Amino acid sequence: MEFMTDKFFLLAVTFVFYIGARKLQRATGLVLINPILVSIAAIICFLLLFDIDYSTYHKGGEYIDFWLKPAVVALGLPLYKQLPTIKKQILPLLISELCGCVAGIVSVVAIAKLLGASHEVIMSLAPKAVTTPIAMEVSGAVGGIPALTAAVVVCTGIFGGMAGFKIMRMSRIKSPIAQGLSIGTAAHAVGTSAAMERSERYGAFSSLGLTLNGLLTAMLAPFVLHLIGAI
Amino acid sequence: MIAQFGILLSFLAAGEFIVWLTGINIPSSIIGMLLLTASLKAGIVKPSYVERLSNFLVHNLGFFFVPAGVGVMNCFGLISEQWLPIVAASVGSTVIIIAVSGQVHGFVRRALARKPQIIKSEAEA
Repeated sequence: MEFMTDKFFLLAVTFVFYIGARKLQRATGLVLINPILVSIAAIICFLLLFDIDYSTYHKGGEYIDFWLKPAVVALGLPLYKQLPTIKKQILPLLISELCGCVAGIVSVVAIAKLLGASHEVIMSLAPKAVTTPIAMEVSGAVGGIPALTAAVVVCTGIFGGMAGFKIMRMSRIKSPIAQGLSIGTAAHAVGTSAAMERSERYGAFSSLGLTLNGLLTAMLAPFVLHLIGAI
Repeated sequence: MIAQFGILLSFLAAGEFIVWLTGINIPSSIIGMLLLTASLKAGIVKPSYVERLSNFLVHNLGFFFVPAGVGVMNCFGLISEQWLPIVAASVGSTVIIIAVSGQVHGFVRRALARKPQIIKSEAEA
């Protein structure tokens, strides 16, 4: 049983569950069988079943976490390819990002408060639309729980990636630029990977959305939270 | 491939350096990404230098979030107490962000596209 806590074994388990979940999605064609969501759920069940705690799992998992940062740097390439279009639309991009950022923080705080969430949970939710490293940083700075933020960020990303294009159809957002942009704004890198599956162009605007909203949230979140009296 | 990895890591390191130097509140990876875009634009780095590894990383982005997502098991207590506000706020605000940023983008774009005509008609008047 001791072998179960070996970090390479736990790493292999992560890969196997993810590949299995991806195969399952391709075989069924169901959006709901999101490989990220399914593999997270399967790994948690596996860990609970064999009584392995998260810190043990993380000794293997951190080698995958490591790739998050280089992967975000790599988004610089699709972003570069879309520079001409970005230049042409700089004003619409900046204004819509600013509105999306503020609307996101205000709405998440308002809904959570209305439904009776505790102060620290509200603060953990406030930066949930942006990529994990920024969100955890902001969460800690405004008095939230960074671990809860990380979990909510990933779940938000999965939801945005799965339902994003449907929401856009319902709110009649048609231009590929606006679609890519809003999915990146609301669902950071996980949403971007969903956009990337459509095309590189969607992906590039999605990475622009995640970048701009990430920067704006990092700079504005504490200020916005003060302004609406949440802290 | 080794060279490509080296280049991406160098940009990440540059990002880390800037964070360390300035104490700025922005993650090193975002700064590294912006530096990479700027270097590609300036021609210091050619797209072919980073293309293979970048494509691999970008197309598998979701996978790298799996261990972070497993971390949710550490917050089961808090989540089971307050699952309704957490889920409702996250879902509701995600829908709002998508609708707001998409609509505002379209609105500003249309408004800007109309502007030359307004100037023209004013001139005519």
